[in-house]
Amino acid sequence: MTRIRFREPSIIPGFRLTFGFTILYLFLIVIVPIVGLYMKTFELDWPSFWRILTGSRFQAALKLSFGASLLAALFNVVIGLLIAWVIVRYRFFARRLVDAIIDLPFALPTAVAGIALTALYVPQGWIGRLFSPYGITIAYTPLGIWIALVFIGLPFVVRTVQPVLEDFNAEVEEAAATLGASRLTTIVRVILPALLPAILTGFSLAFARAVGEYGSVIFIAGNIPRQTEILPLLIVFRLEERDYAAASAIAAIMLTVSFLILLLVNLIQSWSNRRFGNV
Amino acid sequence: MTVNRRILVLSAVVGVAMSLGASGSALAQDSLNNVSYDPTRELYREYSDHFAKVWKEKTGRTVAISNSHGGSGAQVRSVNEGVPADVVTFPLEGDILGIQAAGLIEPGWQSEFPAQSSPYTSTIVFLVRAGNPKGIKDWDDLIRQDVQVITPNPKTSGGARWNYLAAWAYELERSGGDEQKARDFVAEIYKHVPVLDTGARGSTNTFVQNKVGDVLIAWENEALLSVKEFGAAEYEIVVPSVSILAEVKVAIVDKNVDANGKRELAHAFLEELYSPESQQIFARNFYRPLYPDQVDPEALKAFPELKLVKVGDVFGGWEKAQPTHFDEGGVFDQIYSND
Amino acid sequence: MSKGVFKKSVSPVTEPPAVRYLLIGLSILVLAVFLVLPLVTVFVQALQMGLWQALATFSDPDAISAILLTLLVAAIAVPCNLVFGIAAAWAIAKYRFPGRSFLITLIDLPFSVSPVVAGLVYILLLGPFTPVGAWFLQDFGVRIIFAVPGIVLATIFVTFPFIARELIPLMQDQGTGDEEAALSLGASGWQTFWHVTLPNVKWALLYGVLLCNARAMGEFGAVAVISGKLRGETVTMPLQIELYYQEFRALAQVSAFSLAAVLAGLALVTLVLKSWLEWRYADQLAAGNRGH
Repeated sequence: MTRIRFREPSIIPGFRLTFGFTILYLFLIVIVPIVGLYMKTFELDWPSFWRILTGSRFQAALKLSFGASLLAALFNVVIGLLIAWVIVRYRFFARRLVDAIIDLPFALPTAVAGIALTALYVPQGWIGRLFSPYGITIAYTPLGIWIALVFIGLPFVVRTVQPVLEDFNAEVEEAAATLGASRLTTIVRVILPALLPAILTGFSLAFARAVGEYGSVIFIAGNIPRQTEILPLLIVFRLEERDYAAASAIAAIMLTVSFLILLLVNLIQSWSNRRFGNV
Repeated sequence: MTVNRRILVLSAVVGVAMSLGASGSALAQDSLNNVSYDPTRELYREYSDHFAKVWKEKTGRTVAISNSHGGSGAQVRSVNEGVPADVVTFPLEGDILGIQAAGLIEPGWQSEFPAQSSPYTSTIVFLVRAGNPKGIKDWDDLIRQDVQVITPNPKTSGGARWNYLAAWAYELERSGGDEQKARDFVAEIYKHVPVLDTGARGSTNTFVQNKVGDVLIAWENEALLSVKEFGAAEYEIVVPSVSILAEVKVAIVDKNVDANGKRELAHAFLEELYSPESQQIFARNFYRPLYPDQVDPEALKAFPELKLVKVGDVFGGWEKAQPTHFDEGGVFDQIYSND
Repeated sequence: MSKGVFKKSVSPVTEPPAVRYLLIGLSILVLAVFLVLPLVTVFVQALQMGLWQALATFSDPDAISAILLTLLVAAIAVPCNLVFGIAAAWAIAKYRFPGRSFLITLIDLPFSVSPVVAGLVYILLLGPFTPVGAWFLQDFGVRIIFAVPGIVLATIFVTFPFIARELIPLMQDQGTGDEEAALSLGASGWQTFWHVTLPNVKWALLYGVLLCNARAMGEFGAVAVISGKLRGETVTMPLQIELYYQEFRALAQVSAFSLAAVLAGLALVTLVLKSWLEWRYADQLAAGNRGH
């Protein structure tokens, strides 16, 4: 009778050490704190939880955070596709520089981005001053929040689409052209569908990042309840009031949404692996 | 092996970084944490430099002062939950009573320093946009239909509690002592508030940077500083007919200083607040000095004469005002929905 | 007019030159406005009152201790995640066991958690009023929340996946052939790791460390929630930037942007090194990062 093994046999040593350490570290740093958050939330009785959920301030922040993140992520899909296309398909001066600068939002600390964007978009700023004569204020309005979220989400779609586009088989395009498809038809009907899983992944990542973003937004957002207050800021506000129950309830809701997005990304990836091979 | 060498270099870098970090804190012989309220950022920056000089002359030792700023209500909770404060410099007695209730400060701290441990005072005035476009003159203008008021959250900010009590005192006096009228009046003011920031500095930023609201109910020092920094072409100060005498309070956090052997330093830090030089520093930063006669008369011109009521006379002191108005389920919770 | 040239320009697998230039121009414009301009602003604002005023920031003890604390936090958080990244990649890439992809998902989790939530979970778990927090404080005199250990923990959380996610795909691609050969020639497990595995992944490792470090030094939200903001004690560079920014002195604005300029400089160095790694060692990085 053979014993049922957890892992397939291997001559390579160190499984117990590395696996054990990985699980322990993962538990201590990530899992236990997150479980603690949910436990804290479950201490709330239903009426209190319901009051938090239906509070006008929470609902407004929820709509703003998700709405602005959605719009920013959608914009990032369009811009990201454009930039990925240009970098992969065209050869031009400073192409490498363009390629390198795209990751700036990953490398630049969010607080730095926050004060820089604010300085640019206030009515006296370099960009704000172009719009203020027309009565458009960007800083301290939802528009400013959107700008910050576009900034931090910009690299995601580019970086997910770029490798797929590079590996894209040119023969398919040639075949489409030979069969009489116009360039636009080829792009829309042949290339875009193949990019779709990558686009969806990039979109989800940008969206998830935007929903949770704090540092780059709070400087440029007006932080006015029910108008320009994002969810993470509402958590901070509840924390300053030492209303831990409310803070953790809001955090638990955000965390659950993050999990769902993560799940979605994984589903997209396994679906596209089945359909298109490895992406 | 090259990899080994790289790891060595990496660990060397880490080691250097860590020893730098350690030496950073070892460099200063003494250290003191002062947990304060929101608008005193500029004040305690200047005062800390001054005190470091005094301490050096007196003991020959260098001292590093860490100042922490935020809405005082939030700061009180931070101290109670473990921010290692050695001294607290708060805008009102109720804040320190909150720390006393948590057992960190022993009763009787009020008599530890002169003038009931109140080295300077301030009051509450209005800051309006240049030219006073909404014609705001007194408290009753704040509840006019077209006026938006900026004030912080009384739950987290001490200044906001002074604002609230000043408004209450005004209506109480006007109505000849009708508590219900005062309550309705204050409730009406909060209906005109689009944003309750957690601290006074947050509210000032909302008003001056974000350009939200028509009038900021502000600390006198914060209003004068705003006019100084942003110019009279941008803002002006309106002095209401009645305001409140804001008696700030300072105290040693007994439990923390005794655990770290810092009582002497903490005492010296707070005692020095009463020296002539320090009183000058207060006046320069637009706080009303305790001893005006020790201060350059020119600096005192910034402070207008106005009728100031005391919390002890109108509200029965902070022991009573805090639970009645601001604690969980108090009047403020009843008149303002934050959800 | 030569027909040949005309034909070439409307090749069926690319766009007409006018469209190409338009798209390139548009991309560069977008990147200039959204990315380059904010970066330039940081330096311009820092220098608005001259270089000397900008440099004066670095004589402020608060700024100095913020820089030192940031270095200290990164010097602890990055090695912790480095060891974890190597262990996780070894366990996941060199063996086959059920739930591997689930484990990878768990490792990626901190990426999708809001920094504010990351700070909050530690306050709820280790705050002085929680059993664990009280135990540490009373029995060991160690303060976690509102102190440096909490800042380090929050930083470890937000930078948790960076190194692991660079190593896992690469080591999966590389398989176990090299290690098996070394072991069959009599090398010990450690020798195999040091002399075979590590050289194979060193550039990917450096790549991960680079990104991890950039985030560790720049983290704001998670650290802001947990720090207590004692100037000179628990204030990191990004927090000190915020503190300066909230001060009313004109000089404080310069200081905020000067400190920001240091971090922006760090970001630029990170980008340059990262691009260099992608260009020079494309074949030795994880698939997603191959040179473009």
